[in-house]
Amino acid sequence: MRRSIWILLLLWCSSAAFATAQVHEFQLDNGMKVIVKEDHRAPIVVSQLWYKVGSSYEHRGITGVSHVLEHMMFKGTEKYAPGEFSRIIAANGGRENAFTGRDYTAYFQTLSRDRLEVSFEMEADRMRNLVLLPEEFAKEVEVVKEERRLRTEDKPTSLTYEQFNAVAFRSSPYRNPVIGWMNDLDNMDVNDLRSWYRRWYAPNNATLVVVGDVDAKAVLALAKRHFGAFKPEKINGPKPSKEPPQLGEIRLKVHAPARQPYLLMGYKTPAVGTAAEEWEPYALEMLAAVLDGGSSARFARNLVRGQEIAVSAGASYGAFTRLPGLLLLDGSPAEGNTIADLEAALLAELERVKTEPVARQELERIQAQVVASKVYEQDSVFYQAMQIGMLETIGLGWRLNNEYIDRLKAVTPEQVQAVAKKYLVQEHLTVAELVPLPMAVSAPAKPAAGGRHGH
Amino acid sequence: MVINRRGAVVRIWITAAVFIASLSSSTLFAGPKIESWQTANGARVLLVTTPELPMVDIRMVFDAGSARDGDKPGLAQLTAALLRQGAGDWDADQLAERMEGVGANFSTGSARDMAWATVRSLTEPKALNTALETLSAVVAQPRFEVADFNRVREAMQVGLRQSEQNPGAVVSKAFFATLFAGHPYASDPGGTQESLAAMVREDLVRMHKTYYVARNAVVAIVGAVDRKQAEKIATQLTAGLAKGQPAPALPAVAALAKGVTKQINFPSSQSHIRLGQPGISRDDPDYFVLYVGNHILGGGGFVSLLTNEVREKRGLSYSVYSYFSPMRQAGPFVMGAQTKNAQAQEALTVMRKTLQDFIDQGPTQEQLTASKQNITGGFPLRIASNKDIVGYLAMLGFYDLPLDYLDTFVAKIEAVTAEQIKEAFQRRLQPDRFVTIVVGRAE
Repeated sequence: MRRSIWILLLLWCSSAAFATAQVHEFQLDNGMKVIVKEDHRAPIVVSQLWYKVGSSYEHRGITGVSHVLEHMMFKGTEKYAPGEFSRIIAANGGRENAFTGRDYTAYFQTLSRDRLEVSFEMEADRMRNLVLLPEEFAKEVEVVKEERRLRTEDKPTSLTYEQFNAVAFRSSPYRNPVIGWMNDLDNMDVNDLRSWYRRWYAPNNATLVVVGDVDAKAVLALAKRHFGAFKPEKINGPKPSKEPPQLGEIRLKVHAPARQPYLLMGYKTPAVGTAAEEWEPYALEMLAAVLDGGSSARFARNLVRGQEIAVSAGASYGAFTRLPGLLLLDGSPAEGNTIADLEAALLAELERVKTEPVARQELERIQAQVVASKVYEQDSVFYQAMQIGMLETIGLGWRLNNEYIDRLKAVTPEQVQAVAKKYLVQEHLTVAELVPLPMAVSAPAKPAAGGRHGH
Repeated sequence: MVINRRGAVVRIWITAAVFIASLSSSTLFAGPKIESWQTANGARVLLVTTPELPMVDIRMVFDAGSARDGDKPGLAQLTAALLRQGAGDWDADQLAERMEGVGANFSTGSARDMAWATVRSLTEPKALNTALETLSAVVAQPRFEVADFNRVREAMQVGLRQSEQNPGAVVSKAFFATLFAGHPYASDPGGTQESLAAMVREDLVRMHKTYYVARNAVVAIVGAVDRKQAEKIATQLTAGLAKGQPAPALPAVAALAKGVTKQINFPSSQSHIRLGQPGISRDDPDYFVLYVGNHILGGGGFVSLLTNEVREKRGLSYSVYSYFSPMRQAGPFVMGAQTKNAQAQEALTVMRKTLQDFIDQGPTQEQLTASKQNITGGFPLRIASNKDIVGYLAMLGFYDLPLDYLDTFVAKIEAVTAEQIKEAFQRRLQPDRFVTIVVGRAE
């Protein structure tokens, strides 16, 4: 959680003052968007292809399919054998990978500027010509299960987060983990991937983002050459899955082998695009930063130092999500304090935000961090491309980047107070506690809970 | 790349990222122009001017890592953490307010060789002056208040407990402890419950007085500052430091007499596997040969031999890798993977065989060419940002590597032959004497 603020800050980006680089937006005839930001600082380029699909598009029984498909995108097309994509990018001095989130799936290559076409050629090929070999799928889904064991099953705090989401949301697909439930991975087959690929991988469901030492017009010409001939598909977007109102506080305990207790709390909050008032998500971001925007913010100052109730305490909120999410609080109690002590201390901090207006200096400090981070982020072409791709793919449009800082600056102490009162209410709260079980291993070995589902 | 805190899942993360980032190459590209000098009291300064963005990255490094802990494991890390908790006229709240009030990013920390204090600031004068004034107090005049000492020590003790619930941390600690038994690299930088409990404020004062001194310091600066400004910055940052002495040489790392294999029982669904032996120091003459060789074996991400055998062919592990971690003295050669408990032996067998085949046969010409293309073709990516460059400067300064390191790297990579790799791997690696640690449920 400690790192959450920096991620948040990095999303606060290029307002007019430092928006030196021009963003060029194009659309191909088949509906594919191409967005280019020229940055001539270093002779490199990053290319990212974003698809509007992710775990929040999935339904019961096939959770994790977007992510497994992402893995399989490296496993061969009609033209390139499995693994060939990676070998060719590597031989061109490139770095490449992909990532899947709740609201997007994206593929990227970072290359010397003269190698961009290598990336376009192969990225276009796998948009339409993936073969999805059953024998490759059989191996790769096992890799994904190992990934799940590594990231979730054997990490007590991740396990807590997964269980927490599953009860905090009733109907919203945000209740499911991006990597999928183990049961669904166990029962997935290659046909699930085939239909998922056919349904979402089309030019009119994709945004190509290029940032680096390139000429925008030349990039457009290159994109036309490789992606332009593809026909658009009829995309049936996901059905609305509106979360019903939460009617009371939810509490859960997660028992897992661990040494250190952990507390995770979340309040239902709107996102940009779903909020009653346009300013609310920005006020919520400021609120999270007041609590945890660095070492001078309230949690570090009052709870970690000050009262010394927590060894760590965090707050995070993301305004840029497709569906409404949560404002999260989490922490670990300091020696001699209980989870209940920590919860009471976090709630007392929330109470203070609700009853007293935030001091001007606190808001100014946050603004200073935001303004600076907007400059710092230009040190990374990758990050610049990320912001554009994410905003586009969530459906908000990259231009929001340019307004973002001004919207944050416009937030008043009264508005911070207002969103705290409106959204941080007990009826909309979910509280999870990690209860450590003994770490001792009794022989002979027994499977860890949920950890092994053999084929 | 993990994109957001909990929402995104990536295809692989590069476990050896730190190692990879600390290496470099160049094709036709030269490295950035590096200037270097000493401050009046003997600190070494390295500068690269990058005028495009109105910002500067500063990294002060000291030979004050946990290799200097002596019989007090955890001392270096606790000392570095305490630097942020009060210095000069300011307590922890005020230090944080000063830095964050001008939007500066600020950190201190330590690993086995190095301790560091870093700042990233705008070059706008008010911001930069505040950041510099604060940082110079942090390195020269830490307060080490007893209340702060007690709080941070407790947090480290909690951190130790958290690492006990993490099989990756358990395997790493056991691996270092066994591999470097008897050497300062053996103990964990986080210390032990007992060593932390026994520590007193005076230990930190002594650590700081001995090692946070100008002749034991390197200042790396990258950003929109010219030589003249950088000279002023470096002078200001080191002005409060005593001249002192460079830290004495660390003892050499002894070769392992025989192989050791340990199974540590752990309530996890996966077994974490780590095996290796002492590898190379930063100035080892085999460095480039071993770097290219390892890139083929297990350093080149998706296209390495280990990834191909363990992940792509058999689906055994999400992440599998090998690397040489060059340190002041011989750092480890490491191979690692994680797999469900029932497959641990199979994965271990495949990893060992892949290594042995590579040692016996060396790389094919095709493999060598592909790796060289990746390393040299990717050179511009390695020095594309201020963040990348400041990391290189700190490394070059700390390990006393030549300033043309980046300029000559490509030629050195290009010069590596398949025969050299085979010969060096045969001479340097003795798999029958490896340390092997497996953490998980024995099945």
